[in-house]
Amino acid sequence: MTDFSPTPDQPAAAQSSLLTLSKRTIQRNAAEKRFKAYGIAAIAVGLVMLLVLVTTIVGRGTGAFQQTFITVNVELLESKLDKNGERNIEDIKRVTTFGYAPLIKTAMQNTVADLGIETSLKTKHMAGLLSKNAVAQLRAFVLENPEKIGETVEFRFLAQSRVDGYLKGRVSRDSIANDKNISAEQLDLVDALVAAGVIEKTFNLDFILGSDASDQRPEAAGMGVSMMGSLFMMLVVLALSLPIGVAASIYLEEFAPKNWITDVIEVNIANLAAVPSIVYGILGLAVFINYMHLPMSAPLVGGLVLTLMTLPTIIISTRAALKAVPPSIRDAALGVGASKMQSVFHHVLPLAAPGILTGTIIGLAQALGETAPLLLIGMVGFIASNAPETIGEGLLSPNSAMPAQIYEWAKRADPAFYERAWGGIIILLIFLVTMNTVAVILRRRFERRW
Amino acid sequence: MPLFWLVVVLLALTALGFWFGRRRALASVQGNPRHLHSLPIYYGANVAMSIAIPALLTLVIWLLAQPLVIENRVSATIPQDLLPENTSIGLVMSDVRRLAEGLDQAVEQNVMTTAETLALDASTTDVRELLGTVGVALGSEVRPEVLSAAQSYRQLSSTGSTAMAVVCLVLALAGFGLSARHTNKEFRARNVVERGVLALLILAASLAILTTVGIVLSMLFETVNFFGLHAWTDFFFGSTWAPNFRGDSELSMLPLLWGTLYISAIALLVAVPVGLFAAIYLSEYAGPAVRSLAKPLLEILAGIPTIVYGLFALLTVGPLLLNLFGQGENGILGLNWMTGATSVLTAGVVMGIMLIPFVSSLSDDIINAVPQSLRDGSLGLGATRSETIRQVVLPAALPGIVGAILLAASRAIGETMIVVMGAGAIAKFSANPFESMTTITTRVVSQLTGDTDFASPETLVAFALGLSLFVLTLGLNVLALYIVRKYREQYD
Repeated sequence: MTDFSPTPDQPAAAQSSLLTLSKRTIQRNAAEKRFKAYGIAAIAVGLVMLLVLVTTIVGRGTGAFQQTFITVNVELLESKLDKNGERNIEDIKRVTTFGYAPLIKTAMQNTVADLGIETSLKTKHMAGLLSKNAVAQLRAFVLENPEKIGETVEFRFLAQSRVDGYLKGRVSRDSIANDKNISAEQLDLVDALVAAGVIEKTFNLDFILGSDASDQRPEAAGMGVSMMGSLFMMLVVLALSLPIGVAASIYLEEFAPKNWITDVIEVNIANLAAVPSIVYGILGLAVFINYMHLPMSAPLVGGLVLTLMTLPTIIISTRAALKAVPPSIRDAALGVGASKMQSVFHHVLPLAAPGILTGTIIGLAQALGETAPLLLIGMVGFIASNAPETIGEGLLSPNSAMPAQIYEWAKRADPAFYERAWGGIIILLIFLVTMNTVAVILRRRFERRW
Repeated sequence: MPLFWLVVVLLALTALGFWFGRRRALASVQGNPRHLHSLPIYYGANVAMSIAIPALLTLVIWLLAQPLVIENRVSATIPQDLLPENTSIGLVMSDVRRLAEGLDQAVEQNVMTTAETLALDASTTDVRELLGTVGVALGSEVRPEVLSAAQSYRQLSSTGSTAMAVVCLVLALAGFGLSARHTNKEFRARNVVERGVLALLILAASLAILTTVGIVLSMLFETVNFFGLHAWTDFFFGSTWAPNFRGDSELSMLPLLWGTLYISAIALLVAVPVGLFAAIYLSEYAGPAVRSLAKPLLEILAGIPTIVYGLFALLTVGPLLLNLFGQGENGILGLNWMTGATSVLTAGVVMGIMLIPFVSSLSDDIINAVPQSLRDGSLGLGATRSETIRQVVLPAALPGIVGAILLAASRAIGETMIVVMGAGAIAKFSANPFESMTTITTRVVSQLTGDTDFASPETLVAFALGLSLFVLTLGLNVLALYIVRKYREQYD
């Protein structure tokens, strides 16, 4: 510090005290506060977005789990359903849904008349309060219980989507001004029937277990069949990606020599993890459907595509789990005479199993929510109306998947489907949250620190 | 289902082989395993692997190769001059396959016998009506040459399947015999089995390469077909995207690329400041309690499937923005800038929300990796915390942060569901964020959903777009990795 010399022309104003802050210090402190506030604001933005997202989903989706039903007594006239009176199932089957429509009209008319409700509506419009599904429901009941023909049976029919929307507040008297499907008089009748307890809104299990319905019947649409599609896809993904992913990781982590081939494989896997999911869809369309001629829209193909997509995720987490097992375990195994292969399969792999399991569950959760590749292999649209009966059928017959079903509903014109799309998202998120929670619990329960 | 039974028989043989190998090894030492070279299960495993691996591998390869071989043989039998105009051999072949499937169905449902299907004559029987009764709808009348091609297709398929079954079973039995003959107490079963297992592990690891090769080849192949039908100059340098299924479309990538980049830029504009500041606060200011609460909550945003964000854009954000910036006098701000709920802004903002946790957790890791000594030095010199962060920590973490942003950009470019549902379908060059625009991924989806005809440029263009997307995202990823590796400061 010999050549240190104070600047000769130091201004006198720079003298400051610790008690009174200089202008510059005040500025710097203000900048500090601002900077911290930006950070808090950023986190707040993120959390508010999460909150908005969750409240939107819950607020708009819970309605889908309730549905409006109309209870009516239907007289199953023998003259309409079984003219010969022989209860021959083939004869009864010959009556189409058109043959059942008059029964429902009469039933509605009688219900209204019995309750003493005054209305200027024609019977056709009274029956219009019911879903188009009602005739099919009635026919299915008669085919199953032909002995009931001639009796009067109480039915709970779905109300049509406008009535349902009216009870849920989605449809108002203003909004139906140009609506062909419902009129103000019909809503008057609905009000009267609600007061009489004939129309009521209850929990709707069919939304969770039922199948998708056509454009005209949003009230009858459900998630059940697409859930089966997702289930079968996940079975394929689990059965393929777990063994292949674990085998690949074991090789790369424990056996692979350090050379350029190993490098190429590693870079490859890192890049595959970042390839957009739609590219996997293109691959699936070109290879599995166009070249191998596997059936379009089949959960098997969806599962294969998602397997390729999940593999990198599983390999990366499995390698991390294997890396976390300390070398002393391997050395001890080798020291007592195990071969390299035995040390890995008998000692390292069991110790890494919880980590592998956690990674697999997270990979499966990712695959469960993926939509884009499924659009390309045709797992979207009004596809399956019945749940598959055998495993082979479940894998090969056309089906949709939960996220694809949600997309399909979001695309349709009737706003009644939007509610179902949000409801579908609640179901999907329940699955994802459960899977992730299981993964976290597994990690907490079995994680070992060395 | 003969394939199913073939697999069952092979698996049963494998189990039998395991049991037999183990027993034979023990028998060779009079039941005393201490005289064996390896543990008894290795002798069993050796026999089982010799049965299963060659047979199952052959099965898989055969299943992959058979369609190609049959397709080539059959399409060679269809005379070129008999093709109707405006159809390609690919279209005719799909007719042939459909007809062959229909005949299979007819046999399965006992409508006809196998001999009857072979004796069919297109000029005397109405094949289309016949197959209609078994639930197979054919698009057009069946022409004689198509019928004969379908006959030979079926014949080749059934011969192929029989040959496959025979070859697999012979291989399995040969493996059984050979390995069973080797099984005695001197045989080094463990070494052989371990070598086999290692080979399987290598096979699994190389599947990753196979996938990449599959992606590139499948897209490259169709892209080459596309450039055979459509000028590559128009695809890369044209200015209009106007697919027309009657032909004569203008298919240029540039308007789509513009839409993609514009939406991604807006997404990054939302995600980078928010994500970066969140990361800075979490790593530099927040106490352990706030950190352990806020970080997982933010990361939930990353775990939500993109379809949820898509729906959020379509049904919540879009209408909200329309209320704010559109609808003239009825809107909240009384502006009339927006005409529909789908717009660049809608998709960009929602995608930005999705990317917040992506940017924040990557940057958080990187900021945490900056050594404490740098901060201590700066604070010791009298800098405030924010000055330390801006002038010391961030410059040290910059390469990593740039890498993170590039990775986020690659995610934004490849994102599909949000733009499919939120961005609209109009391809144009426009700088107005309130207009709807379209992206590469949305066009891939729209060109490839529904009935696809692999002979028309309107379908094939999707593969060219997909390949461009793949190259673009791959380039960004490689660039991100390169920047991180090249400019990373070494502090150890």
